[in-house]
Amino acid sequence: MPKLADLEKGQIIGTRTVQLSRADLIRYAAASGDHNPIHWNERFAQQVGLPGVIAHGMLTMGAAVGLVGDWAGDPAAVTDYQTRFSKPVPVPDPTQGSPDTPTAQLEITAKVGKLDEAAGTARIDLTVELVDGEERAKVLTKSQALVALS
Amino acid sequence: MKTVSISTAREGHSYPPVQYQVGREAIREFATAVQADHPAHHSVDAAVQLGHRDLIAPPTFAVVIAQRAEAAAVTDPEAGIDFSRVVHAEERFSHHAPITAGETLTAATTLERIRVMGTGAMVTTVTEITTYDDAPRATVTSTLLVRGEEEGEA
Repeated sequence: MPKLADLEKGQIIGTRTVQLSRADLIRYAAASGDHNPIHWNERFAQQVGLPGVIAHGMLTMGAAVGLVGDWAGDPAAVTDYQTRFSKPVPVPDPTQGSPDTPTAQLEITAKVGKLDEAAGTARIDLTVELVDGEERAKVLTKSQALVALS
Repeated sequence: MKTVSISTAREGHSYPPVQYQVGREAIREFATAVQADHPAHHSVDAAVQLGHRDLIAPPTFAVVIAQRAEAAAVTDPEAGIDFSRVVHAEERFSHHAPITAGETLTAATTLERIRVMGTGAMVTTVTEITTYDDAPRATVTSTLLVRGEEEGEA
């Protein structure tokens, strides 16, 4: 487990790339019980004003925090985790190849945002960007995980 | 312009609790779905080595439990939330102790705040997740944006 004393504000503790396919959305729907059709039906998603099928915000939030628990050594060290959802993550049907070909890529950077020696916690700030060629869009904002360390 | 159907009268209202039995396979499936491959979500031995009683849930698993309790608020006719216009705006998990396989949990939602903004609203629910004997597990705060209807829209 990392030690608080060894950390500095602004330090990057890890990065991760998460790829999402339509199959990942269906897997998350099944595991979470969230069967909203905006996450699996193109026509419905467009009818409610979305660009098309989008990932569950909670899938993005859930996938973004994995690297923090891995870094801490125990996912239970993440005692508080919050985010705002700022932009949808479209996951289009692949035009060719296997139906479970990933069509959205998220890049996650985790940085030390604040250290609290008295409380024994490090606040890890997550940057979560949807990467499409040269374009990058922040899909989560104020995404912060509080980690209990010794 | 259409009038707002959402009502602030239910602000502060608490809904009946729901029960949830935390299963190992539910934790494994959820962890796989959020691409969380830490062994404490998949291997009982690995979880026990870290000092847990059984598999532990990933940090956002609490949403699965919370949403079952939140449903009562979201579908409450007296609150008047049009679910087809709902967008998830914010989510927060405060963990008091790790949610662990084998536990029977209770989740109770309070409609904390309804802020009317034009023809739409921001709705915040707070769900307390505890064990059946009242040991706290997590507080889940969820904020939904109910999009207002534009002028001229049906």
